[in-house]
This record gives sequence, C-alpha cells and structure tokens, in this order.
Amino acid sequence: MPARAASPPPRAVIAEIVASVGGDVTRLMDVLVAVQAQLSFLSDETLNAVAAELKVPYVEVVDTASFYAFFAREPQGRVQIRFSKTPVSMMKGAAEVVRAFEDALDVRIGETSADGIRLCWTSDIGMADQEPACLIDGMVFTNLEVRDVARIVNELRATDVPATASLPKAGCASNVRLRGDVLFAPYDRGTGLRNALGMTPEAVIDEVTRSGLRGRGGAGFPTGMKWGLTRRAPGDAHYIVCNADEGEPGTFKDRVLLVDAPDLVFDGMTIAGYALGARSGLMYLRAEYAFLLGDLERNLAERRRLGTLGTNVCGHAGFDFDIRIQLGAGAYICGEESALLESLEGKRGAPRDRPPYPTDRGYLGKPTAINNVETLACVPRILERGAKWFAGFGTAESKGTKLMCLSGDCSKPGVYEVPFGTTLNELLDLAGGEQAEAVQVSGAAGECVAPKDFGRGLCYEDLSTAGATMVFGPQRNVLEIVLQFAEFFADESCGWCVPCRVGTVLLKDSIQSTLDGHATRDDIIALESLATTVATFSRCGLGQTAPNPILSTLRNFPQIYESRLVAANDVRIDVGRAVEDAAAIQRRALVEQVAP
Amino acid sequence: MNERTLRFSIDGVPIEARPEQSIIAACDGAGVYIPRLCYREDLPPGGQCRLCTVNVNGRPSAACVTPVTRAAVVENATPALQAHRKALIEMLFVEGNHPCPFCEKSGDCDLQATGYRFGLSGMTFPYRFPKHEIDASHPEIFLDRNTCILCGLCVRASHADGKSVFGFEGRGARQRLAVNSAAGLSATDIEVADKAAAVCPVGCIVVKRTGYEKPYGERPFDDRSIGSDIEAKRIPVRASKEGHA
Repeated sequence: MPARAASPPPRAVIAEIVASVGGDVTRLMDVLVAVQAQLSFLSDETLNAVAAELKVPYVEVVDTASFYAFFAREPQGRVQIRFSKTPVSMMKGAAEVVRAFEDALDVRIGETSADGIRLCWTSDIGMADQEPACLIDGMVFTNLEVRDVARIVNELRATDVPATASLPKAGCASNVRLRGDVLFAPYDRGTGLRNALGMTPEAVIDEVTRSGLRGRGGAGFPTGMKWGLTRRAPGDAHYIVCNADEGEPGTFKDRVLLVDAPDLVFDGMTIAGYALGARSGLMYLRAEYAFLLGDLERNLAERRRLGTLGTNVCGHAGFDFDIRIQLGAGAYICGEESALLESLEGKRGAPRDRPPYPTDRGYLGKPTAINNVETLACVPRILERGAKWFAGFGTAESKGTKLMCLSGDCSKPGVYEVPFGTTLNELLDLAGGEQAEAVQVSGAAGECVAPKDFGRGLCYEDLSTAGATMVFGPQRNVLEIVLQFAEFFADESCGWCVPCRVGTVLLKDSIQSTLDGHATRDDIIALESLATTVATFSRCGLGQTAPNPILSTLRNFPQIYESRLVAANDVRIDVGRAVEDAAAIQRRALVEQVAP
Repeated sequence: MNERTLRFSIDGVPIEARPEQSIIAACDGAGVYIPRLCYREDLPPGGQCRLCTVNVNGRPSAACVTPVTRAAVVENATPALQAHRKALIEMLFVEGNHPCPFCEKSGDCDLQATGYRFGLSGMTFPYRFPKHEIDASHPEIFLDRNTCILCGLCVRASHADGKSVFGFEGRGARQRLAVNSAAGLSATDIEVADKAAAVCPVGCIVVKRTGYEKPYGERPFDDRSIGSDIEAKRIPVRASKEGHA
C-alpha cells in the first residue's frame, strides 16, 4: 500500500473543479468524480476543501462521497481492477481469473499490490453475455481467460498510466443475435424527430399514448400517460431524464442501444423534450459504462453542429433543447427513479417517498418524466412509422418489441429483439438454451422460473420482464445462485429503511445457513416470513423485490431447500464454533488444552 | 368541521383530517396510536423505520409520509401488520448493541418501550454484534453509535436548529451516523440546548451527567406503555364500532 498522503490537499485543483460547475452543489457527483480523478481518493481533508469551496456542510459532502462504490475514501493504488461478481460470471470462471490475477500480483482480492494495482469485486457490470469481465480504470475487458492475465498484468506494470484500450480483451461486443422491426431496423437520424416537430406537443403525446408504449425498465407504466402528467404539471421548468443506470444483474440491452442505436435514444429524448415543454434532458449513465461516454459526447456534439440540439432544434422556432450526461458512481439503487433524481442532484441515492411523484416534483423539484433507454428508443420509430404500426407488434396489453438479454447456460448469449408475447421456450430455442432447468427472469429482482412455466409469454400481462434472462442448466446449484442474489441485495441496499437495510443481511445469512446444512423446517418457515416482511414493508422497489429470488424458488424449487434440511430434533449447536464466537466477543484467545 | 375536512377510517374508526395532513398526524389527533420510532410531529417525516406502515386501501404505505385521502380505508392493528412490525423491532435490536439493563436511556427509550408494547421477549434473529466507535469528545454530549437506529431524527432536528451537526455516511449495513467534522462531535457547533441533542429516541445521543437521574418507578415508561398518551386522547363516541376493529 502506498503511504497515506500526508501533504495538504491541492486546494487549487479543487477550487478549479468546483468553479467548472459554477459552484453548484447539485453537481457534487461531477465534482467528486473529477476530484478523485485528480487526487486518486477522497480523504477527509479533500472533502473538507470540497465542502468549503461549495459552501456546504462537510457532512453533506461525506454523505454523497461515502455512498457510492466507485468513490474511494482511502488510498486505492494507481490502477483499479473491478471484477464483475454475478451468478453468471462465477459460472463462466470469474473465480479462476481472479485467482490468476491474485497470484500474478501476489495480493488477495480487496488488496493493492506493492506496485499499486488494486483488485476488487463489483456488482454486475452489464456484460453477462461475455463474462468473465472486469473494468480496469473504467475500460471494460470481456471473455477473460486465465491465459490473458500475465500479459495484462505485465503491461499494467510497464507504464505509470497504462493505455488500457490496447490491452488484450479490452472492449466488448454488442452480440445482437436477432434484429426485430422496431429497434434494430435501419433508422435515419432525425426522421422521427422532424415528424414530431411538425405536430403539436399534445399530438405527439397522443400518438405515443395510442401506440400503447409502456416503460421498458420493468414497471410498465404507460409512457404517453407519464408524459401527459408531466406536461400538465405546473412548473417553471420541465425535464426529461433518460435512465441509463442499467444495473439489474443480467441486463445489457441499454448498453447495446447506446452503442448501436444512440440516435434513436437521443432523438427519443429530444421528442420527449418537445412533448413535455422541456429545455433540458439529462441522461444518467452508470459509472460502469463510463467507457461509452466519449462516443456519446461526440454524438451530442455532432447533433449540436447539425442543429438537432441547441436553439431552434431542426429549425423549429422556439424549441430550444440540449442534453447533459450525468455519470453515476456505482450504486444499483440509482436505477430506482427517485434515487436517480437524488443522485442527479448530487446527493446519496436514497429513494424518495411518493407522493409527490416525479411527474409533479422531480429533478430540482420540477415536473420530470423519467424513461428507460429502451423506452425512449422506441419513440422516434413510433413518430416515424405511426402508432398503429407500432401497436401491430406484441400482445393486447404489451405493444411493440422487447429486447431480451440472454446469458448463462445458452450457446448464443446476447440481445434478441422479439415481439412481446414470445414464450420463454421460444426464446430459449433461439439462444440455444434448451438444457435450461431454471431461468431467472427480469434479473435479480425478478423471479426464478421452472420448466413448467417455460411456455408462458414474456409480456406485462403474463411473465413480466425488463429483459434479463439468465439461464441455468442441470449442473447448477440453484440455492447457490439464490445466495449470490441475496448477497447482491445486501451489498446494494441503500440503508435508509430498516426492513431492507437489516432484512437483506438476515436473508443472506439465512440462505447461507441453509446451504451449509444448518436449517430446520422451522427456519424455512421463518425465512419465508422474513422475506415477506422485507417485501411488504420496504420503502422502495429494491427492498420490495429483493426477496423475489427466495420467494420464487421456495415456490418453484422447494426441493433445493428440502434436500438440505436437518431434522428439528437434531442438535444444531456447533459447540466448538459457539466457544470460538464467545471468545471473539470477549476478545479472548483460545488456547490449546494441554493434557495433564 | 369545515367543507375541506377529509374523512377516512382506520380499523373501522372514523377519523377527520385536514387536507395535506399525514395519516399518522390525523390518527394521533384522534387518539389512534400507530407505532413509530422515527416520527415526531414537530419535525418533517423521514420514513426510515417503516414501523408505521399501514394498509391504505390494501396497499402498504408508511403513515408518516402518506397524506390522508378522502374515504381511504386504512388498516393498522391487523395481526399481519403487527407481526411485520414486531420483526422490524427485532431487526433493530439485533442490528445494534442494546444493553437495556444498564443503558442510561432505559425506561425512557422508545425502542425498548415499543419492544415491551409488542411483547418482545427474546430474539429469533441472530445478533450481529457490530463494532462501533463511541464519540465522547464533546464536553457535554455523548455519542454512542452502538444503540443508534439510524432514525434520522437528530439529522432533521439539527436542520430545524439551523445547523447541520448530523448526517449519514456509508450505505446499507455499513451506514452510520456521521457528524459535521472528521474530528468528532466536539469539533461541531452542537450545543446542549439544541433540539438535535434532545430528540434521540434511544441511548445514542445523551447529555452527559444526566443519566440515571430518575429512579426506577418514575421513568416515563415505568407505569405506562408507549402510545398510551395518544390513546388517552380518544373520545369513545363510537364504542360499538371499536369493538369489532
């Protein structure tokens, strides 16, 4: 470990960064990202200086700086390697790759090598179709193999500031396996936008309403209704926010859209801006996708040059609109729309209680529509081809197509654009997942589905999904997968409310104890009761859905619990371990008994 | 009662409320107790403890942050809700280190009193035995994070004081109460007269040299249960309806 910086914080650096955002405390995320990039970590002294420059209390700056996984409060070394830890990455050999890095650097995960290379685990980085994957100083590396490790480590050691993009396995593939008619069909930039600008904002909202478009992030709220509520809500400013905080384990479709179809997304945001009467759009991009930022910013710059952003967009007098991209800093909870707003305002990503809803009081307290990347990408196509055309795809309640993200035990992992209503079986056939014994639908927050349900349709009115589809074959231990999801939620709980903060940890420990063969039938009854409390009493979607993998496997795969139970009258206390625990609490050392 | 008065019912008891009033405030006024640990009528609600979760037209909602709606049917003391609440109280006991028998706040502690009200006699969840720092740096105020339940009352009270003495730090199970200086409480501008020094519902923030002043038998919860002051306000005009609530 490098010695803790003893020199005073370079106040001038901090002052310049704060000045670059106009001293605006709602830009604290940007300030902390920039300060950390310059000073490598956020010490107490640094945060004091940030607080002083922004003229806010120190404790407010600490609140934000300590919340996000990618902000470091301690020295971190000069290179950060973050490995994606998910059930799929572990299935694909992440543990072996990490071990190879540990051996090559002579450190354990969580530590920093003598020459300043730090290894750590992180939550799903959106590469489930090309795991094992990691981020090295923000650059993504995919399909890692043990034999890649020596070259990567050697090159990281060779230079102070490694050119990560030129290392082996740098970058990621889009893996679009099936192009449907809506999102992956050819689209000329601006077509839908120009059509929208030829209509009144109300007519644009009507068209979107008639198309039947619903939110693709999971909740399925009708987009036209959300826009209408936002437009009609009183306020001296209105905002459109694009939720690109794609953190749900097993999801990666938004990343692919941002790479392969950014014009659909930005046209969609601009159309939304016009419909809502907004002058500003914000895209909240997760820190794990920071490597996309350069291309996205270049696209925005080009749009400004072409006049599809800026004053009088596309020559439409009086419609001024621009887009800013806000980078996150590693927090799954920020995909929850009200937590995302808090983060956009520079605060910890703790969700808000509703009402008021964001459509009434959102970003900076103004009416705000928050839409998923995929939802916004549908909009220009609706304005280009018409609501009727769009509504011709899908089912009665679920119009259009859906991007499905296939990963795990399937031979063709990647993105599939299918009409809503496609069955899980059809999807598994397309992706070469015929061996599936369990499928986690809609990510960690979704449910674990057994073969008896594979004939169900993927749509809001049946098997509702935001797209993540993790396939598990007969060789997998489903209870271990449940444990990994439970660990994920315990790591990502924001901590605000009691049922989620404490409950997710207790759930994780209970699953661990079951896996270890310590649980009785009564413990499983207690587990189900605890899971119900967490689901019922938690403040936001994270806690409300965190027990889903447990509750759905209790329902669909009871045998994975049954097979591990011990009889209630068996002795359940491990005396040796109890003595060790007691000694640890009393801070006594156990000594070996010497025979008399 | 004027025309803007909203009527709703809780466990069958009719309640009248002002528009914009929260369910918990309206019920407090009418003498119906909804359990809570992080709500005070003189501070904005925070929604942290979730103990006041009630079913509003069948949907679980925290009563402190949910405004009254006309003709809402609210369920409060159902066996299912009470069981969930008991689990939450237990979660708080196992999350921290709560030495009730010798805690300065014993007999005047909202968590302990709520535990008694719910008949909590032992823990079914495993204790977590976390390690916490004690901050005794301030000459007059003592900060013991072992009993902190992260209710946020001191954070909100400090804002009401026009200060920012307290805040939060970290997330999830690592979240803890932070103070406005890396050097500890003594480096902040907290004063004994501050509301922030007085609102802690447990034994985390206590004024020094005031502990154990009240003998057993005279402590606030020695002879009454928590919430009984609210329930005493109840005017039993519709006693027949209460019976089946």
